[in-house]
Amino acid sequence: MSRAALLVLADGRFPAGGHAHSGGAEAAVRAGRITGAAELEDFCRGRLHTAGLVAASVAAAAALGCEPAGLDAAADARTPSPALRLAARRLGRQLVRAARATWPSPGLDALARDFPKGAHQPVVLGLTARAAGLGPEDAAYCAAYESVSGPATAVVRLLGLDPFEAAGVLARLAPEVDEVVGRAVAAARDAAVEGVDVLPAASAPLLEVCAEAHAAWSVRLFAS
Amino acid sequence: MTDTATTAGVRATARIGARGDGRGGTCLPVLRGEGPLAPRRTRGSGDEAHVLLVGAMGGPLGGDRFAVEAHVAEGARLRVGSAAATIALPGQAKGAAARYDVRLTVADGGELHWLPEQLISARGSDLYVTTRAELAPAARLVLREEQVLGRVGEEPGRLTSRLAVRIAGRTVLDQELSCGPGAPGGWDGPAVLGGHRAVGQLVLVRPEFAKAPVVARVLGEGAAVVPLAGPAALVTAVAPDARLLRALLDRGLAELG
Repeated sequence: MSRAALLVLADGRFPAGGHAHSGGAEAAVRAGRITGAAELEDFCRGRLHTAGLVAASVAAAAALGCEPAGLDAAADARTPSPALRLAARRLGRQLVRAARATWPSPGLDALARDFPKGAHQPVVLGLTARAAGLGPEDAAYCAAYESVSGPATAVVRLLGLDPFEAAGVLARLAPEVDEVVGRAVAAARDAAVEGVDVLPAASAPLLEVCAEAHAAWSVRLFAS
Repeated sequence: MTDTATTAGVRATARIGARGDGRGGTCLPVLRGEGPLAPRRTRGSGDEAHVLLVGAMGGPLGGDRFAVEAHVAEGARLRVGSAAATIALPGQAKGAAARYDVRLTVADGGELHWLPEQLISARGSDLYVTTRAELAPAARLVLREEQVLGRVGEEPGRLTSRLAVRIAGRTVLDQELSCGPGAPGGWDGPAVLGGHRAVGQLVLVRPEFAKAPVVARVLGEGAAVVPLAGPAALVTAVAPDARLLRALLDRGLAELG
């Protein structure tokens, strides 16, 4: 495995479209639930242990070689909001395009063919990690970190938050990202043996509810 | 000395089985309680049988393991409620968690309305509750679950609740919520509950949703109706208290017709 490949995949400038999504932060800012760094940290922590844990476990399971269609259905069942399912598929489609150009592989070709409208992004992420010669832990790190870096970056733009403060939030969450990755990889290994029903299903009611309201706004800065 | 019988907690399973009575109604060949769980038949309406779950002793307390199993056979119609809210309380053994498992199965043409009162997580309690519904392709379901974090003015205990719904062998909904002391961080923050003390879900499964899924809509701040990836719809709601939560879920149900 190449450690540099992980940096390429995890780089915020990797052209996979993630910068257009706030991970629910735009809706939370508008509702007045995020007004500064402290609330951003609490928001990111909650997202990490719910949507982040689920995404990391799905990505790790895909990297381990679990069947993509089963993982995609498991991601659907864990994402009640149709706005979030749509966003996850759009991100998946953008990632598969970038990944096939970067790390050509039969697995990614098959995924693009089987999911013309896009598979859930963590499924694609896991297969991309595999194509890049990375392992389940790497895939889980990318997903878990993305679950907090997306909102942190978005809030810099939405609130004009000092980028140093946003970086501080991410640094303080690092030990919990490690912990979530550990749980996600353990669950993915169980899922490889027992099936996808044993994957974590941690949910965040406000993220789900607010995603629907956000999708209905006529003017917004972020796609989700 | 610790009394092992006490620290092991109470194990109890209640079973309800409904089937068509051959005259267009529903009979209950299985209606069996155990320990603190007592299912009672009440007056039904039309072709539907009604059952009320009565908690004869209260709890679950730490260390208890409760289970309720309900099966609705082909063409039968069953409505289950509860006489009062369920209150999770701390047990005598420090650190002993309680479990409450609900298993629901509905056959083709069967219909189940599973509408218990709230689950209240009292201070110091620790409960893991699971609700798993397994439905045949032409089964119908209305399922409500509501969690209230703490009695009035009280800090909540630890509560983890998982809800999974499978239709024709395919999982269409799988959600777990963890809150209270010791739960993963951020549970009360702006992404998860945002300080709300009541949270609930209402699941509707109807075969006709396969062709005509519901349209997603927001029910004010804190609640939304959404179509799931299958012939089902979900109302998710958070509210400051149990009364306001029930009003949101009732409104969601009314909007779904």
